[in-house]
Amino acid sequence: MSARYESWGRYPQAQHQVHRIDWRHLGLPSAACKEESILPFGNGRSYGDVCLNDGGALIDCAALNRLISFDPDTGIIEAEAGVTLGDLLDFALPRGWCLPVSPGTRFATLAGAIANDVHGKNHHSAGTFGCHVLSFELMRSDGETMICDSESTPDLFGATIGGLGLTGTILSARLQLASSPCGWLDSESVRFANLDEYFALSQTSDVEYDYTVAWVDCLAKGEALGRGVFSRAKPAAQVAPQSELKQPRQWSMPFTPPIALVNRFTLRAFNRWYFSRHSDTPQTECVPYSKFLYPLDSIRNWNRIYGRKGFLQYQCVVPTDSMRDAMAALLDTISQSGTGSFLAVLKVFGNKSSPGWLSFPMPGATLALDFPFRGATTLSLLDRLDDITRAAGGRVYAAKDARMSAADFQTAHPRWEALAEIADPNHSSSFWRRVTEVA
Amino acid sequence: MSTRMQKIVIIGATSSIAQATIRELATKDTAFFLAARDVRKLQAVTDDLRARGVTVHSSEFQASDMTQYEPLMETADTTLGGYDSVLIAHGVLPDQIECETDTAAFDRAFTINATSVIQLATLAAQHFELRGSGTLAVISSVAGDRGRQSNYAYGAAKAAVSAFLQGLRQRLHKQGINVVTIKPGPVRTPMTAHMTTGALTAEPEAVARAIVRGMEHGTAVVYTPWFWRPIMAIIRAIPEWLFRRLTL
Repeated sequence: MSARYESWGRYPQAQHQVHRIDWRHLGLPSAACKEESILPFGNGRSYGDVCLNDGGALIDCAALNRLISFDPDTGIIEAEAGVTLGDLLDFALPRGWCLPVSPGTRFATLAGAIANDVHGKNHHSAGTFGCHVLSFELMRSDGETMICDSESTPDLFGATIGGLGLTGTILSARLQLASSPCGWLDSESVRFANLDEYFALSQTSDVEYDYTVAWVDCLAKGEALGRGVFSRAKPAAQVAPQSELKQPRQWSMPFTPPIALVNRFTLRAFNRWYFSRHSDTPQTECVPYSKFLYPLDSIRNWNRIYGRKGFLQYQCVVPTDSMRDAMAALLDTISQSGTGSFLAVLKVFGNKSSPGWLSFPMPGATLALDFPFRGATTLSLLDRLDDITRAAGGRVYAAKDARMSAADFQTAHPRWEALAEIADPNHSSSFWRRVTEVA
Repeated sequence: MSTRMQKIVIIGATSSIAQATIRELATKDTAFFLAARDVRKLQAVTDDLRARGVTVHSSEFQASDMTQYEPLMETADTTLGGYDSVLIAHGVLPDQIECETDTAAFDRAFTINATSVIQLATLAAQHFELRGSGTLAVISSVAGDRGRQSNYAYGAAKAAVSAFLQGLRQRLHKQGINVVTIKPGPVRTPMTAHMTTGALTAEPEAVARAIVRGMEHGTAVVYTPWFWRPIMAIIRAIPEWLFRRLTL
């Protein structure tokens, strides 16, 4: 089976029948109608097993990559499910618009962004992706296709946003773009020495800047626990010189090494170097959206650096009241373990609530980082992180998960049973079975 | 590329390769006349271009109906006010086993894959001769380079197209008209969805880039991906006494 049908973390692996859907008016391919368990698949950019359906079938929606309509006055765009967010951004920017919300990769699809209700560096100002979805066309496995929006079909609308592809196959969606007169961002980066400095910086920056995010040195300990580099950006007031518009160099990880290239030695060296190349005084720069939003996309197939066994990404959110202590405990546990990733991300979410029933963000702080998969050691470390998250009243992001317990999932998302109720009877996923089919 | 808007006619516009080629061309200043069999598919492709602010016209077209060829090319001419290039991209992959006993099935596929293509190419050539310039690109196949037991019903039609284009290219060369024969290997499309895909299966986007490059440079024969050129050179060089024993 082709490597296309795996998740970004490349763990776990799964076996599928694959049916492609090439035209939205044709409905489900006849062979797919005979399958007992199907799951729509976009571009495989979620990390764990929400995009996998081991032993079942996938409906490959990547060929649904056409625009349907665009209104340059209102910024409302209607596009097919498999259009990538990067394609939408490339289309929108020259026309004075940009994505209202974007995750850290341009390769996620429109329907994938809805199904995982993704968020970005501007969550505190814009909420999740689902907050900007006006309507979508949903195909159920009985052949019925319907237009869902918050007025006419509030239940299906709320269940599908963050619904992990379980309510049916999204064929197309209408999205409200955000205005972006010049298409560039004024960005600023500044170091912080520890977690308290981070939270202080975040609080002041979130007022003035649309986009804020921080890189954190996941190996720093003691006094320096939670040190890192804070990035913040807002739409630029004027267009930067055209000469800088040239495409950044595209690198690629050409093969999968037998073992992970991320280990405590390379990690320590990288983190020291990265921290030292930044300054304690803010450095400003005018950058294109894509450079600020998608730094990792400049290395194609970067997920291969974790070797054949793949990796697990851990992303959790802890509520505002407990976020200072919980984040310290999480970072302490990780630095003690000596493992982690070059990129560890810290962000404070805002208060804007999503229409999605199973949306991940809540007001509080979120931490995301990768762990090379080393079997039981890695799993038990993540279990300890779960203990901290659970005690703080937080939750783990399904789109990144391959191992959380059914109990944790069900506690964190009390509406999961309502989703199970409204879900398409023929739709399922490896993730969904894992977190719901437990006695 | 000249800065003037290019006007192109694409027949079989809803094929995966044609769609990807349209996407490539749409970023350059291009006006389209698209023809395809299925109006709803054609509508989806047309809507995409309109949303991008691209000038596009479209027409339903049945390659199996020989009475439609002339009216189609005339409509394209009048709608666009003349055209600079034509891409013929339609085709079907017939069931080889069925064609071995059912001559009508062979005939239907041959009409679509060869006869209609040759007649449309002839009409496009006449148009280009009158205006003294133009580029005609036609999607043939590596399958036309040598008949093989597994798909010679398809291969024979593609061989006819390739040979026809060779002659046409020679005749039109001195008039500055380019005839581009595109020979893709297997491409990941709905037409090949039932086949097992291997390392040699190309993505439509890669084939599309090769087509656009070939049309811009007036390349005579475009193998895409490029490695099919040496592979087919070897396959063509195998003597028949040996080839007939192989199971290729």
